[in-house]
Amino acid sequence: MPANAETLVRAENLKVHFPIYSGIFRRQVGSVKAVDGLNFEIKRGETLGLVGESGCGKSTAGRAMLRLYELTDGRIDFEGVDIAGLNKGDLRDIRPRMQMIFQDPQACLNPRMTVGDIIAEPLIEHTKMSSKEQREKVKSLLESVGMNPDFVNRYPHEFSGGQRQRIGIARALALEPDFIVCDEPIAALDVSIQAQVVNLLQDIQERMGLTYLFISHDLSMVRHIADRVAVMYLGRIVELAPKEQLYKDPKHPYTKALLSAVPVPDPEVEKTREHIVLQGDVPSPANPPKGCRFSTRCPVAKDKCFVDDPEWRKIGDGGFVACHYAE
Amino acid sequence: MLVSKEKMAGVVDAVSNNKEIEGRSLWQDAIGRFQRNKAAVVSVFVLAFMVIWSFIGPALSPWSYEEIDWNVIGNAAAAGFPSLETGHFFGTDDLGRDIYARTLQGTQISLLVGLVGTAVAVIIGVLFGATAGYVGGRVDNYMMRFVDFLMSIPYMFILIILFVMFGRSLWLLFAGLGAFAWMDMARIVRGQTLSIKNKEYIEASVAAGVGGFTIIMRHVLPNLLGIVAVYTTLLIPGLIMTESFISFLGLGVQEPLTSWGALISDGAKTIQYGTPWQLLFPLGFFIVGLFCFYFIGDGLRDALDPKDR
Repeated sequence: MPANAETLVRAENLKVHFPIYSGIFRRQVGSVKAVDGLNFEIKRGETLGLVGESGCGKSTAGRAMLRLYELTDGRIDFEGVDIAGLNKGDLRDIRPRMQMIFQDPQACLNPRMTVGDIIAEPLIEHTKMSSKEQREKVKSLLESVGMNPDFVNRYPHEFSGGQRQRIGIARALALEPDFIVCDEPIAALDVSIQAQVVNLLQDIQERMGLTYLFISHDLSMVRHIADRVAVMYLGRIVELAPKEQLYKDPKHPYTKALLSAVPVPDPEVEKTREHIVLQGDVPSPANPPKGCRFSTRCPVAKDKCFVDDPEWRKIGDGGFVACHYAE
Repeated sequence: MLVSKEKMAGVVDAVSNNKEIEGRSLWQDAIGRFQRNKAAVVSVFVLAFMVIWSFIGPALSPWSYEEIDWNVIGNAAAAGFPSLETGHFFGTDDLGRDIYARTLQGTQISLLVGLVGTAVAVIIGVLFGATAGYVGGRVDNYMMRFVDFLMSIPYMFILIILFVMFGRSLWLLFAGLGAFAWMDMARIVRGQTLSIKNKEYIEASVAAGVGGFTIIMRHVLPNLLGIVAVYTTLLIPGLIMTESFISFLGLGVQEPLTSWGALISDGAKTIQYGTPWQLLFPLGFFIVGLFCFYFIGDGLRDALDPKDR
């Protein structure tokens, strides 16, 4: 990543709430606050890792960035354009610049279409290529993700998980986007294939100057691919910092607990090192605790944490944290 | 080396010459599985034979379906039995009309009613169900409550009232059966659409900026067709059965046209006068025809196993 590069995407107070309807009149009785006030920016050519446990709103945040979900509140600034406020036509024009790579390689390709048709779909929508040009483009895309271009007439069920993921990547690259949201692209793959796909993503990033929002729950993989890492808990980002800083010196108690759960590949160290085991379960996002979101499970919570919501403040060198007592 | 060099070279040659390898779609797979189902394949051939026979068969008989044999009229039990000499291959009915010609003509009508009624039901049901499921929310709620409302109407009464009011016509039969058969289809399609629309390939399309209608036509419908095909093959015999019941009540198609149900009804009325052929030949066609449809439906269901592979 180039130093002091310009900001490509900025999320301001991003909120996605899903309404809960109940009763015979289907009245709204509350909402699941899946994403509740995210602030972050991603620089051009950078990879921002977004980590957190299941159900903390990572995927929702990623989809909201592409406006696959309507925002409840907030702004998404994409090169000075507020995506959240765009109407359908303008949104469609900007869609080619941001794409998504999905988690489940089984479900992300239409089983009734050939690989060629799947990858060509965005081309049909946004370019005026003849079908022959499309064919050529699809073949070159397949080649660029390391697959045999003669596979264009095959169907998704004839490929392995890793190959399907490559097809999904080729589709995302078809319109030469600037920004790609990777929604746990490696979670459903074997470990050996994970490395291949991650390396492919890095190669492509270098070649095409892409910007990634890399969503994952695999902390070691994020450490490998990301430049900066954001840690989410219950719909909020609790800490965001450059990766060396975050992994070496986590500020937020949740980040500390999360990192202590990553196994160390040395039995001697593993035996002696400290594990922070959090008590209790994640509270319901429909009814988050007062004060700090993490207060109910925080090992170092004090009275203030149960009353006041900690502000999102700068800490260290380029880091941010949402905790009253982090320093 | 266990494999000789020439053999390897041959394999390499074969692989490298085979540019743009053709894939096997799920449809081709399904056809392969269907072809391995003997009962279903035999049923397809029997049904095809029955259709062809119903069109060219009447030419082989000296009697048409509406002609009356004056030698037999009033004396069907003694003179109207099945015989090659008189040209009444399946015998005659009490009016002296040829059962063979009438059965074939009834076969045409019954199959036509089944196919047209089903086509109406499939088109309305699939579009209605897919739209309701894909749009979702309040629209879905209103559309499906409308279906519930229609389903709570006893359709047989309505059909009978329509026949009494507007007279017996083939068109009314098509429209009436189709208009009431689409609701189950709409429900099934809506349910499937709900599960398909949350698949990630739909999201990928949305992210690529594809419009709602195109997504329904390009992604939702092709993935629905398996279950629709199965349900269709089960709907056809259902409608033939319904038509037969209406004809059995003495409504349905207008004389001298006839259908399986009407022929069975006539045959059943005269069974005690010693003319079993009036019942047994149409009944045989009816049973064989329905068996074929059900076997094909079973075969399709096995072949188009809804499990994603």
